[in-house]
Amino acid sequence: MEAFTIHTGRAVPLRRSDVDTDQIIPSDWLKRIERTGFGAGLFSQWRTDESFVLNNPVYAGASILLAGPDFGTGSSREHAVWALQDYGFRAVISARFADIFRGNALGNGLLPVQLPAATVENLQSAVERDPTVEITVDLAAREVRGAGVVAAFELDDFTRWRLMEGLDDVGLTLRHEEMITGFEGARPAWLPTTV
Amino acid sequence: MGRTLAEKVWDAHMVRRAEGEPDLLYIDLHLVHEVTSPQAFEALRLAGRPVRRPDLTIATEDHNVPTTDTLLPIADPVSAAQVEALRKNCADFGVKLFPMNDPGQGIVHVVGPQLGLSQPGMTIVCGDSHTSTHGAFGALAFGIGTSQVEHVLATQTLPQRRPKTMAVTVEGDLPVGVTAKDLILAIIAKIGTGGGAGHIIEYRGAAIRGLSMEGRMTVCNMSIEAGARAGMVAPDDTTFEYLAGRERVATGPAWDEAVAYWRTLASDPDAEFDHEVVIDAASLTPYVTWGTNPGQAAPLGSLVPTPGDYASPAAQASAQRALTYMGLTAGTPLTDVAVDTVFIGSCTNGRLSDLRAAADVLRGRQVAGDVRVLVVPGSMQVKAQAEAEGLDQVFEAAGAQWRSAGCSMCLGMNPDTLAPGERSASTSNRNFEGRQGQGGRTHLVSPQVAAATAITGRLTAPADL
Repeated sequence: MEAFTIHTGRAVPLRRSDVDTDQIIPSDWLKRIERTGFGAGLFSQWRTDESFVLNNPVYAGASILLAGPDFGTGSSREHAVWALQDYGFRAVISARFADIFRGNALGNGLLPVQLPAATVENLQSAVERDPTVEITVDLAAREVRGAGVVAAFELDDFTRWRLMEGLDDVGLTLRHEEMITGFEGARPAWLPTTV
Repeated sequence: MGRTLAEKVWDAHMVRRAEGEPDLLYIDLHLVHEVTSPQAFEALRLAGRPVRRPDLTIATEDHNVPTTDTLLPIADPVSAAQVEALRKNCADFGVKLFPMNDPGQGIVHVVGPQLGLSQPGMTIVCGDSHTSTHGAFGALAFGIGTSQVEHVLATQTLPQRRPKTMAVTVEGDLPVGVTAKDLILAIIAKIGTGGGAGHIIEYRGAAIRGLSMEGRMTVCNMSIEAGARAGMVAPDDTTFEYLAGRERVATGPAWDEAVAYWRTLASDPDAEFDHEVVIDAASLTPYVTWGTNPGQAAPLGSLVPTPGDYASPAAQASAQRALTYMGLTAGTPLTDVAVDTVFIGSCTNGRLSDLRAAADVLRGRQVAGDVRVLVVPGSMQVKAQAEAEGLDQVFEAAGAQWRSAGCSMCLGMNPDTLAPGERSASTSNRNFEGRQGQGGRTHLVSPQVAAATAITGRLTAPADL
């Protein structure tokens, strides 16, 4: 996983609430067995509409998505995170994220930044006024800065450390393999098996 | 202080707890399907890691599989490659797989319960958000992403932060004609698509106790549509009766030991929930969605809502956008909305009792005009049981299509899709834009309403036939 410490870039305002993962990456794209190349599928149905914000050339190259509340609802498809990253996003800012999406994002180094709805709207308005404005997402300081906004966000110390080091969970967990083996030895015999 | 059901199951699976870190939870059952697993197996291969517990892992082919001509090769080469990848991965890593046409094949959330693999007090995960279904047994069951699938394959554990708890208490009895599907749609409409975010919901109360296991599965299945991490129902005699005698369930003294443990799982009387919601069952009527998320639902007897009636500008904009996409006019009676297609199936409503309920409405009646009706059993076993009861003949005599098992039109990854602009009444779980096919319009309903809608060609409750 690519480490995340601080990122500065331009942003796209996506003024829609309840953006579900079926919109982020439609199911046709889920048939692929690779982990890369999903950027072309990002919001692919919405992008058929010329007026959709990602089609506006002033936002080309933006790397921060300023989304409405309840972003990433619905399906558990991690492909949604891969699509956002492959398209070029490093962080998504929203008033609230769906749990599974948030977990998937944190597992891949796409930073889900939760800020109050009014703050997200201020950022959206600022970017709509001036699409060239740059926003900084500072994980070390747990702060978003730019467009006249300075806003602290919450993320627990452990997750922050893991992201800043770019560590993957499997490696971290396998340090405790003896405890897993110990737990397995105490499981009740009546629990089902599949074979 | 006492503990909730969710807290008891959580505590019983804690491999490791350290201040400031997520708890490391042991996973009792890992369900796998072809869509969210290939990249996880590939990562194991690259790292040279085995599947730690193939005996706690099981796979099925469900999302991509066609529901007609299943003995032919899969026509879509991309779907075929994904299914082939699952077969190779399962063979290479020693995971039991139910392939297409196997009598054990079906939707992953139908297969687990029918085998008796989903049991009270277990932790169950799958790379699929509707894993919440298995919470009906009093299991802690939740959907995960592909990186977490890899993590569970490699370690049989998952690092997780302890969610908050929410009690949804449904008091009283459901009126005649009101189903588990109507109940969960009403709950989601009340708390919203993000209302359960960060929480495990425990469904409680007389109306929940009165549901069959299949009804409880329908309710828990859609917990994710309220944003919840999981949904659970405390195990009781209904649960134990369902489990007794199933293939993967203990027998003899081991069964007695299991039941004795399961009886300890119910939330303690003095347990406290972080949030509580109370619903009066008697006030409910059949529900249907009108918009493009599952929270945009209303009683079938009401009108398409007016966006201006919503409090927040965001909700108004969302409603307006939904009406535009759905091609609906505010103020129209929902019972005037005409459909092209009816889909009966999915992990929400593709079980035997769902098919029986739909057949009871369709028996001796005819599907309207050119309405296309797909009936897709949730598993090959459900299909066989339905055929043994003659339900297939009821559906076909009415003019519906009787199909093979799979996810089918719930998400249109196989050939069963809506064309742009087509409208469905669907017993599935998501009415997102394009969910059932690009430009398709979905109204979520119960199996009974789906069947009645098939007969009239517009959204209809059986009581109005």
